[in-house]
This record gives sequence, structure tokens and C-alpha cells, in this order.
Amino acid sequence: MKLELRGITKRFGSMVANDNVNLIALPGEIHCLLGENGAGKSTLMNVLYGLYQADGGEILLDDKVVKFSGPGDAMAAGIGMVHQHFMLIPVFTVAENVILGHEPTKFGSLLDLEAARAKVREVSAKFGFEIDPDAIVGDLPVGVQQRVEIIKALIGDAKVLVFDEPTAVLTPQETDELMAIMKQLRAAGTAIVFITHKLREVQEVADKITVIRLGKVVGEADPKSTANELASMMVGRAVDLDVEKDPAKPGKPTFKVEGLSAWSHAGTKVLDDINFEIHEGEILVIAGVQGNGQTELTEAIIGMHGKTAGSIQLDGRELIGKNVKQVLDLGVGFVPEDRTEDGLVAEFSIAENLMLDRSDRKPFAKGLNINLDYLKKFALEKLKQFDVRAQGIESKASQLSGGNQQKVVLARELSRELRLLVASQPTRGLDVGSIEFVHEQIVATRDSGIPVLIVATELDEATQLGDRIAVMYKGKIVGIVPSNTPRATLGQMMAGISA
Amino acid sequence: MKRVMKEFTGGNAMVSVLAVLASFIVGGILIAISSTEVQTTITYIGARPADFFNALWNSVFGAYDAMFRGAIFNYKAHDGVQMIKPITETLAYATPITMAGLGLAVAFRSGLFNIGGTGQIIFGAMFAGWVGIYVDLPFYIHFPLAVLAGIIGGGLFGALVGFLKAATGANEVIVTIMFNYIAVLLLSYLLKTPILQAPGSVNPVSPPVRDSAKYWFFMGDQFRIHGGLIAMLLAVIFTWWLLNRSTLGFRFRALGHNPNAAKVAGINIGLTYVLVMGISGALSGLAGTSQVLGTEKFLTLGVAASFGFDAITVALLGRSNPWGVLVAGLLFGGLRAGAVTMQANQNVPIDIVLVVQSLIVLFIAAPPLVRAIFRVKESKKAVAA
Amino acid sequence: MKQSKRTTISLLVLSLIGLWLFVSAPAGTTEISISTDSDIFKLPSFGLGVGFVSGIAFAAQVLAVIASGYFVLGRNHKTPRWVVILFAVALVFEILVGLFAGKTMTFTSLLQGSLALAVPLIFGSLAGVLSERVGVVNIAIEGQLLAGAFVSALIASLSDNMFAGLIGAVIAGALVAWVLAVFAIKYVVDQIIVGVVLNVLVVGLTNFMFSTLMVSNLPFYNQPPRFDKILIPLLGQIPVLGPVLFNQTLIVYLMYVAVAVVYVALFKTRWGLRVRAVGEYPKAADTVGINVFRTRYVSVILGGALAGLGGSFFTLGQVGAFGKEMTNGAGYIALAALIFGRWNPLYAAFAALLFGFAENLQYGLAIIGSSVPSEFLLMLPYALTVVAVAGLVGKVTGPAASGKAYIKS
Repeated sequence: MKLELRGITKRFGSMVANDNVNLIALPGEIHCLLGENGAGKSTLMNVLYGLYQADGGEILLDDKVVKFSGPGDAMAAGIGMVHQHFMLIPVFTVAENVILGHEPTKFGSLLDLEAARAKVREVSAKFGFEIDPDAIVGDLPVGVQQRVEIIKALIGDAKVLVFDEPTAVLTPQETDELMAIMKQLRAAGTAIVFITHKLREVQEVADKITVIRLGKVVGEADPKSTANELASMMVGRAVDLDVEKDPAKPGKPTFKVEGLSAWSHAGTKVLDDINFEIHEGEILVIAGVQGNGQTELTEAIIGMHGKTAGSIQLDGRELIGKNVKQVLDLGVGFVPEDRTEDGLVAEFSIAENLMLDRSDRKPFAKGLNINLDYLKKFALEKLKQFDVRAQGIESKASQLSGGNQQKVVLARELSRELRLLVASQPTRGLDVGSIEFVHEQIVATRDSGIPVLIVATELDEATQLGDRIAVMYKGKIVGIVPSNTPRATLGQMMAGISA
Repeated sequence: MKRVMKEFTGGNAMVSVLAVLASFIVGGILIAISSTEVQTTITYIGARPADFFNALWNSVFGAYDAMFRGAIFNYKAHDGVQMIKPITETLAYATPITMAGLGLAVAFRSGLFNIGGTGQIIFGAMFAGWVGIYVDLPFYIHFPLAVLAGIIGGGLFGALVGFLKAATGANEVIVTIMFNYIAVLLLSYLLKTPILQAPGSVNPVSPPVRDSAKYWFFMGDQFRIHGGLIAMLLAVIFTWWLLNRSTLGFRFRALGHNPNAAKVAGINIGLTYVLVMGISGALSGLAGTSQVLGTEKFLTLGVAASFGFDAITVALLGRSNPWGVLVAGLLFGGLRAGAVTMQANQNVPIDIVLVVQSLIVLFIAAPPLVRAIFRVKESKKAVAA
Repeated sequence: MKQSKRTTISLLVLSLIGLWLFVSAPAGTTEISISTDSDIFKLPSFGLGVGFVSGIAFAAQVLAVIASGYFVLGRNHKTPRWVVILFAVALVFEILVGLFAGKTMTFTSLLQGSLALAVPLIFGSLAGVLSERVGVVNIAIEGQLLAGAFVSALIASLSDNMFAGLIGAVIAGALVAWVLAVFAIKYVVDQIIVGVVLNVLVVGLTNFMFSTLMVSNLPFYNQPPRFDKILIPLLGQIPVLGPVLFNQTLIVYLMYVAVAVVYVALFKTRWGLRVRAVGEYPKAADTVGINVFRTRYVSVILGGALAGLGGSFFTLGQVGAFGKEMTNGAGYIALAALIFGRWNPLYAAFAALLFGFAENLQYGLAIIGSSVPSEFLLMLPYALTVVAVAGLVGKVTGPAASGKAYIKS
């Protein structure tokens, strides 16, 4: 089935998320929609899927104009979607998730779960998935959950399939497998729209590339373009994808993790005998697919993880057993992976966010009172120093763009007397300009002689930023290697195979 | 103070005023429907419409006039004392409502839905009452000690909720609802035992509080207002300072808006839950002292009256802003005081207050509904946000 | 791991009560009478030595604690539910025998009274289940019950027809639920606020109308006919349980049907799957074409209708007239039952029965002149709920999206 979007426009308030966007996807073709974070790709697909109503333009299927008032209409018309954030209900079984919305029934309205299981088995078999229809989705690994999401999209006999940033949560191997599935679907005549900002994937599978920037289509690109060419189109200026940094001049190893293990609330081991050290003036990147213990590792370091054993030492002092406040007071800077959830208080002003970690002490506190004069001076200074684009220090954090929010977090964390910087996916979801700024700040911190720990899920960031790379898999460190290790080797390590 | 004024003159205040207006209109309709005069005159409305409208006016105006005379100034009274007594009644009701409302405001601003005002008032009253009844000390020690006991009683009962939440993640809404009932039953039990029951009494009442533990009745004994009024004003100032100027309040608000970010920034979440609920309960406990050491002078089962619920509505109407809570507390205090006169003079059941009060909160909570009723356009600022 | 240990420790602490009861058990016996006159065959009443029964019950508790410890520490497993149930039954039995030491416990009448108190609680908790399973917290159960009680009395009196009263109650409960739904879903108001306020609004309205309307002419406005008890042949003659369960009014039989229907509808039908999906993750439901708002409205209003029906039990099933605030907090106990019953209609019904039993026990004790203060028995539902939400005996978690408004961008 041929899909055509013609002149789609979507506004949110005064912000134009999609501005007169045109796109044609043909059967048996993988059409990549390439754009930076925030370029409007997901908005466009939500319009296509009936989740948003467009303010202008039309959708055509096989040259006939269609109107979707909700996802039900889109599905009925043969459009399937694999969502970036899985639309799965964790407490339901695979079969229940797959049939939700078009449930087979018996005796009127009783659920026919046997029919549901059969359907799951049928689609699984076609693609060589091995999925138990009665497994609870929340218990499955992320990669398997995505397959459930794919089965769910296919079960309605979709002729157009949209993949929204599907590889963010996958290992390189799983990504390869997903690419194979996409090719298989293409061969079967499905029209595929593949949304991504990862150039390597585009180069591998794209038949056609549409580049979108600030809500507008900037043009089509040749699938044979180089990564730098694609990046320049995506960003709108010449981009050097490499991080500029001098070779590290490592000093003493002041941060040491020895035999660190941790357990979840349910009692499963989430960190298993972790050992590494970081030298002053060195960046160690923890690479790996999301969900392999990186979150627990950073939590254990800053004192937020419940049950831990082993040793974490900074400047010879033990961090295990200390609470967050005590750890921060020893000079640990922490940039959490989810800045809106963990890094900032959205309803607070920039100034208030800047003193979030030190509100109880001088100079921010004067007796029991907040020292408003000092706070104002401090905030104005940081606003300038970190180039935060805002109306003023009274602007609420929620009013800032992702890049500026991250600058506020960095400004707060870097304005303490640091002995260690821990940053978890510090560039996630940021535009290229902000990514460059964040990278510069991290490298500058390293160069001032501070050990830096970065958690990265994207290999490119890991190899560019890191001086050394430690790969994590299932709560263990598979190996620690130099940053010029070949991609293929790192990919294997991320799947648990030692180098 | 500038911020406070802004809060009241801004678009929100408009919605609040309209919400109050709409609720009084609905209340008026109920009063009219229930009036026998109106019911009879409507049967011959075609023949003599003037009778109907007369009756309508008399019932509604009569009721609200009685409310005014009961709540603010009784211009029909014959002596000065009776004339100004209504406003003092309003203040007497407003005192505990506002205090407990402040307590809930502190919790709401910290992201905790404390609806345990009733239980915390009762605990405050029990502690303060016990000290006031059974301890014999000179005034300058006894009174502060009794008030302190009430504050501690309410505070501990509140802090227990915070502790349960911190230690086990128990939902504070459910826990406070259940604690309200537990507190009522506990008071009911204690008022049947020698611990609190007056010796020789068969009724669940305590002996009177000693004079040395009572609030100062600065207008004399014919009025029910007392030093609790001053305590209430101090509590408003304290709460404003706590929430807007203190570093502790900053952490409370950080917790309220985003507990995760607060945790990552090194704020001790568990301890903060306990402190928030402790202070919240302490303010409700203070309301309990105002009742037992002031207005009521001894402990009964009805010591918390409906102040626990009133406090929720007051905190919501005042948008959890201490000065807003004060204004809302005065309004609802006036409603209570006025309703008494309204029932006595016009035969309108006092329960009309509950209706008006709950409608006010519903309307306030849904500005689009109020705007739709009065066909007011949304302000531009709201659109952008 | 922490969680499962907590259960063992809680049981251990509770078994201290059992130990104390055993040690302080008086020497007498407790007569247990379990027959009524209408039974097909009569079971004799019998006496049990208090000390003997306490000893056995306490031993059972000790065994349960040991079993729990074995599963948690030895097998790294959580305590199986049957162990907790065994423990609870043993402790409750020990308490009962202790309370009635030297007296006669008429089991059947104790159960009859319990069921009567539990009927509105069960309807109320079903209302809560339907509402919370779809993602709307229902604090307004109390208001729905009270509205049902008032309207059923009024309409049944005016029409002199109990069935008209029932229908009126259903509509009244649904109406309160509709207001809850509109404010929670359309105006995105905090659901707890709406619930609390609605309860007071209904109290205010019913009190106001009672004082102005009903009082003006009680026989005309507030003297509804009452449902008679219907004895179901055979079933009603089963010893002990027969007279309790199968000699009841229509409303009670409707309650049995309601529990079964809600259970099947929620867990076995297409509609139920969608309701639960909306309550867990509304956006996921939306993306497969389920109308989140409509599903929420329907489920919340159906729940309110059931609660309204439960409210009619106060007037048409029991008292025979409306009284001010006659529900007296039953809605909040229903809320407690629903949490204690883990948002499951069957468990919630059993929890409601348990709470009804605790409430009724005070009457049983008052008759025999026991010195145990009734306040503590009345506290039991509230205290148990705090224990349940604090996760002392297993963790209770509700539907993930309960209490959260769904905002479509």
C-alpha cells in the first residue's frame, strides 16, 4: 500500500512542530525519516497514526484521502506502529497485549485467549521469534518486549509499518536482527517508515531518505551519502562528528570500585562483582545497552541504591554506607540520565534549581533563611557562564529547551568543588549544538584533573568521549578496553562476549 | 507581600470570586425551592406572579440577610454587644479552621495529601486537654505547656503518617483517612475511661480545663473569641515564612514538585516526609488547643467538629498560600457563624453550608467550568502555558 | 527479599498476641451453638475448653511462623498465601474463643449480623474496584451509598414501590459517579479532592432535603415499603450457612450476582481487558484504538450505580426509613475493603465480610456483657487497612494509572 503525506502542518500553541511536510512511502521500500531530536519526526508519525489531528494537509493511502480520528482508524486502514516507548501493559501477558483493541471473543463477549495464543504463535513462527504467549510482559527483556510490540503491529495485517526510533534500547546484535526483520518485511511488500537519528542504521537499510529539520523537510538524501553529509543536512551546518580533545594525561587513580555487587528490591543481583578505577584527568565510559546495570552502578556510587556490597573509594574514602548528601559533600558531581525526572524541579525557577543541592548551607542559607541576594548573584553568574538561553533567572525550568535544562544541571553540578564527575547519558535527547557544549564541558572537567565517569548507550559517543571504555552486560563488566577498539569487538562485548 | 497581592489580583482570584458567587447562587436556589412560601405561591403564579416573586425574594434575601447578621454585623440588635457579637463568632469559627487549613497547606505544598486534619486536631485536643485538666501549675507555665502538648500531640500523629510513608511507601491519603477514624474511636474510648472522663459523669465528657491553661478571653466572657486568634495570625506568618523564606520550606517544596530530583540532590526524603507531616499535624494540633483550651473549655467527642474537612476546603480555596488560607478561613468561619442564625431565624437548615462549601471547592478546582458558567474568556497567559 | 522477610516478622509479632491469649486463657469453656430451628438436621452445640483451644490455635500459629521462616530463609521464596491464611484463621479463632470464655457463642446469628453489615460494604467496594481498575480513584463511595439510601427511600415512599426505589438508588449512585467522572476526566481535577468534596456535598444535600422536605411529612416522604426476606428452598436449610446466606432480601441476592458478574466482566471479557488496560497504561490503550475517556466514564458510572444499589440496602433492606448521614462511614470502610482485597472483587467481598464481622462482634459481645471495649473492634478495619497499605503483610499495589488523569495532547 502506498502512503502519502501531503502538506502536513501541526502546531502546538505558537510552536510549529510540522510545517508543510510531504512524504511518500511505497510498498516494498524502507523509507528513512532522518532528523535531530526535536525535529518533529515523532509528531509527524503521531499525526499519521491518528494520535494527533493535523492543522493542515492530508494523508493518502493508495492515492485516496483518508481521515483518522484516532489510532483505531489508522489501524483499521492498515497502518501499524512500533512505538519508541513501548505501548505494552507490563502486568498483562504477551497474548493479552497483542490482542488488546481487537480481541477475539467467544459466546458474545468472553475473551478467547486460546485464539489469541494461536495468533501470537503464528506470527512468531513467521519471523522466527520464540515468545511464550503466556509470559508476563514486564518480566521479559527489553529486546523481547520490542518483538511483542512488532507482533502487535503486524497482527492487524499492517501494510504500512512505522518504526519510531526502535534501536535506542537494543544491543548492536539485536539491532542487526531488527534490520533483518525490516528487510524481510520489505520483501513481503510492506511499506516501512523508519524514524531515526542514527546515521549508521540509515546507511544500512534505507531505500530512500527524507531529512527533516525544525519541522520542515529539508530534502531527500541519497542512501549512499556519507555520515558527515547526512549529519550536515540534518543539522543545517557543517558538522564535525568528532569530539575535540587532547590525549588524556592521567594522574593518580583516585576513584576505585572493588568487588561491587548490588541487589534489587526483589532480591535479584543487578551488579555482580564490578571492579575498575579511574585516574585523575581521565574519562572512563561505561558502555552497554540500557538496562544492564548502568543505572544501578551510578545509583550505588551516589548512595541511592539500597542493598550493596563491596567497596567504592574516592580519594581513599569509602562511599558505600554513605547517603546521597554525604557522597555529594565528598565532591561527587552527578548528572542523572533523566534530567526532567531526576535532575530538575520543573516548577522551580532556574535560580532555585541551582541551589537544590546546597539549600541547607552557606552561602545559600543564612541561618534558617534562604539568602536571596546571594542566590540572585550566583544564578546570574551561572546563567552567563553556561550560556543558558532564558528570559532570566526566574524562568521556570519547564520553560527551557532540553539543551538549556541540561546546562542548568551541569552549572549546578560543576559549581561545586569536585573530586569526581558522574554523568549518565549526558547528551540524551539533545540537539547537536547542545551535545557539543556538553562534550566540551566534560572534556574541560577532565582536563582540570578530575576523574570522569560517563554512562553511554551509543557506541559513537562512547568511543569519541572516552579515554577508556568499560563494557557492561547483565550487571558485569565484560572488559575494559582502549577507546580505539574496533566497533565490532565492542558490539560483541555489549552482547556479553569477552574480548 | 507583593507576591501575595499578585496572587489575589491575578486571574486566579477572578475564578475564586466567581466560584464563590456561583455557589451562593446554587445555595439560593436550594433555599428558594425548600421554602413553603415559594412552593405555595408558585401554584397560582399565573394569577398573582407578584406573590411568587415576593416569596422568592423573601426566602433568599431573608436567608442571606440572616447569614450576614449572623456572621458580620447584626444591625437589628438592640445593644452594642449583640451587634458586634456576629463578627467575633466568625472569628471564633475561623480560628481553628484556618490553623488546620495552614497545616494542610504545608502538606499540599510538599506534595503530600494530608486529609487527616480531623485526627490531628483530636490528638492535639487530647494532649492539650489532658495537660490542661490534670496538671496544676501557674498560668505562665501551664498555658504554654498545654499549648505545646497539643502541638506535639497533633505533630506526632501527623509525623507517624510521614514515617509510615517514608519507611513503607504507604499512601498517605489512605492512611490519614483511616487514622481519622482511629482517632475518633480512641477519643470515644478514652472519654469512657478515667483517663479523660469527668469523675462521676455518665456522659463522654472530660472535666473542664483549669483556668491557668486557658487562652486569654480578651473581650470578656460574653464573646467566644480568645487568644487563639493571635496564635492563628502568628501561625499564618510562620507558615508564610516557612514556605517562602526558609531553607526547610524550600526542601519541602522541592519534595512536593519532584521527589526524585530532591533525592538526587541529596535531600533526605524520608526525614522530610516526617518533618512535613509533623509540622502539618502540629498546626492541626494547634487548632485542637484553640478548641479545648479556648472555645470549648473541655473535651467532647465533637471537639474536632467538621474542622478537618473545612480545613481541606480552606487549603484548596486558599490555594495552599498562607494568606489565601487566612482569607478562605475567614470566609468559611463566616459561613458557619451565619448559618447558625440562618437556621434560627429563617428555618434554613445549617447543612446548606456544607453544600455551598463543597460547591465552592468543586468550582475552584475546575476553572473552565466557572468560565463556561459566566462566559468569561480565558486570560491570554493561560493559553500560552 | 526485604518484603518477604517483613511478612515473617509481622506474623512473629502477631503470634505474641496468640501467646498472651494462651498464657492468660481462663479455665472455663466456651459454648458454641451453630444451629437454627429451620435446619434440615440439627448439629448439637458443643463446649470447648478455652485453654485447650488456645493451645491448639497458638501451636498452629507457631507452625505457620516456622513455615513462613522456612520458605523465606530456607527456600528464598515469599511466604505462601495459605500459610498467612492458616495463621489468620488460628488467631481469629483463638481471639473469639477467648472473648466468649464461659459464655455461649451463637455462631449463626453472629454471621447473619455480619452479612447484613457487609452488604453495603460489598456493593461499595465493587464500586471502588470498577472505578479504580479503570484509573479513577473513588473516594466518593460514601457519597454514592448515601445518595442511593436517600433517593431509594424517597422514591419508594412516593411511589409506594420498592422496585422504583431500587431504580432510583441506582440512578442516584450513578449520578454522583458521573459528577466524579466529569471532574476527574474532563476537568482533570485531582480525583481525591473531588471524592472528598462530593461526599460532603451529598451529606449536605441529603441533610438539607431531609430537614426541609422529609421532616415536613414523614409518612409521605420517608416511609418506604421494605423488602421481605426470601427463603431459598433447600439451600436455605443447609446448617449454619443456609440461613445466613439464603434467607435474605432481594438486595442481598443482587449482591451475590453483582460480585460474580463484576469478577467475570473484569477478568474474562473483552470489556474487562480494556478496562484494566486503561487503568494500567491509558496511552497504550489509546494507541490500539480504545476510547480511554469513554471506557473511564462507563466503568466509573457503573460502579456508582452498584454503590447506589448498596445504599438502598440501608433503607429498603434494613431500617425502612432514611436517616441523616445513615451510612456513617461505610463508604470509607468499603474503600478499606477494596484495598485490603487488592482491587479484586472476590477478595474485596471477603474483606468486606471480615470487616462486617468485626463490626458485628461488638453487638455479640455487648449481649453477653463482655468488657472488651467496642471501639477497638470498630477500629479493626481501619487498623488492618493501614497494615495492608504499609505492606506489613505482603505489598499491595493498585492499578498503575489509578489517580492519574489522562491528558491527550
